[in-house]
Amino acid sequence: MAIELACHAGIGPAVEGTALVADDNFSARYDLDRIRGVFSRPQHKLYGQSYCGVILVLNTAKGGVATAWMLHEMASRGMAPRAILLNSANTIMAQGAALAGMAMCDRFADGDVTALIRTGDEVSVDPAAGLVTITSR
Amino acid sequence: MRLSDEEQAMLAGEMGPACRWAIDHQLQVGRMFDAADMVSVSQAHMMADPESLGEAGVGFVEGLAKDGARVTVPMITDPRGVDLSHYLPLGQTEAMAGLERRFIAACTAMGIMMTDTCINYQTIMPPLNGDHVAYGDTGVVIYSNSVCGARSNFEGGPSALAAGLTGRTPRYGLHLDEHRRATRRFVVETRPRDLMEWGVLGATIGRMAGSYWQVPVIEGIEGAPTSDEIKHFGAAMASWGSTPLFHMVGITPECRSLADVGGEALEATRVGAKELADLGAPFSAAGEPLDVVVFAAPQLSLVEMGQVAALCEGRSRASGTDLVVCTSAQVYGDAARMGYVEAIEGFGGTVLTGTCFYQQYAREIGEANGWTRLLSNSAKIVNILGGYGYRPALASMADCVASAEAGVILPAGERGTA
Repeated sequence: MAIELACHAGIGPAVEGTALVADDNFSARYDLDRIRGVFSRPQHKLYGQSYCGVILVLNTAKGGVATAWMLHEMASRGMAPRAILLNSANTIMAQGAALAGMAMCDRFADGDVTALIRTGDEVSVDPAAGLVTITSR
Repeated sequence: MRLSDEEQAMLAGEMGPACRWAIDHQLQVGRMFDAADMVSVSQAHMMADPESLGEAGVGFVEGLAKDGARVTVPMITDPRGVDLSHYLPLGQTEAMAGLERRFIAACTAMGIMMTDTCINYQTIMPPLNGDHVAYGDTGVVIYSNSVCGARSNFEGGPSALAAGLTGRTPRYGLHLDEHRRATRRFVVETRPRDLMEWGVLGATIGRMAGSYWQVPVIEGIEGAPTSDEIKHFGAAMASWGSTPLFHMVGITPECRSLADVGGEALEATRVGAKELADLGAPFSAAGEPLDVVVFAAPQLSLVEMGQVAALCEGRSRASGTDLVVCTSAQVYGDAARMGYVEAIEGFGGTVLTGTCFYQQYAREIGEANGWTRLLSNSAKIVNILGGYGYRPALASMADCVASAEAGVILPAGERGTA
């Protein structure tokens, strides 16, 4: 039985994938080794894990503006998340998703998205409809 | 979103493919944040270092230039990733420099002014109170919003470029009065004594605020900070909290009193010695061998260059410890004329122009030079560099220089503050 999560209308194409979730924040510059495709900031809760091809679920954006270019650069090499879901996106995340053609949604009606979705869940994301569906439970 | 006739024409491609891309990009972002329409901007400022852009980003910008893109408002740039007069000694490659040259050529063709600075509010043309702008670099945005009273969201490189091409930006976030009201109230118990402490205070408040959409109002600062002090304060807050705006009661232009920003009803959070020590604790490393001291993030003002030069005068760095200073081309000329560059180089330091340390392939230059243990007075840069493989530590400017001379990180305050 699928679980539907309503959110604000987002950016990018409809996609499906496996969730990687943490109650932590995100910056492509601060947190990632983009060459290896892993979280590289030792203090990050996803340290050492690959973000490539997953539905990345985190709390909010942090830090600077570089993510707006970096998502595009990561996607060009096929080493990017398939989608990023946040409790609260900042402007940079939205701008980066728009350039990269990456799915991005935030502001979930049922509360903390990092608690609603678990690592390993199969998830479909429909940004235009403002709808995320957990298809595996 | 409501579009004017001119904006509809842009979207229809009547002003060329580059302008069509720009307005389409802006519409996607504007809709996500419920913008009702667009607002004209007087300036744009773009962050775009080649590490962030990569081959894909440079190719994208070259494509716009090839399509005949021209900016329609004054547009300037954030620090570059390669100082083309000093990249091989830093361990940067010809491939990095080549990417940088291609990007500069594309920007120049579009009419963008390559100012290469994150302190444009100190050196180029500060925005005015109420001025709508499209700025990148979080430090530029928070200073311009908070200290100048200008109105900008964080505009990443693509969005700043889009704003430069269309001369406008979606009217959401900090372009609207309702998003500029205070949402968190902080009472500072101790006035910072030096630039490092101002940064730590900003970082502490930014971390507590914790979201782009929170607006801190700060009480307890009596008397105006200097431009450099509030620069470090804001840059660190923006880095640690993704915070684009703060108010300081009696100091910043939108907040002559707490009531001006709706702060009276907010619960006050005290920020004292314990909170500041908590933030700084992971960045203490007294006694450890030191690979490199970095003064950057933000680029140094002329006043800071003079302070570093005075500390360096007549001393030399330890043989195993490098010292790197990043400033803007605008400041460099004056700093050279006044002998500051010579004093820093006499110490054994390197002054880079038009770059910032963390924006210039920080991982690669760290590996090339064997830099792991890094010391800085910037609370912003120590927040960034952990993910690049560094072990960053914090100290005052005076302690940084003294530690570079000793080759080890000295205990805090041993050489005073500056």
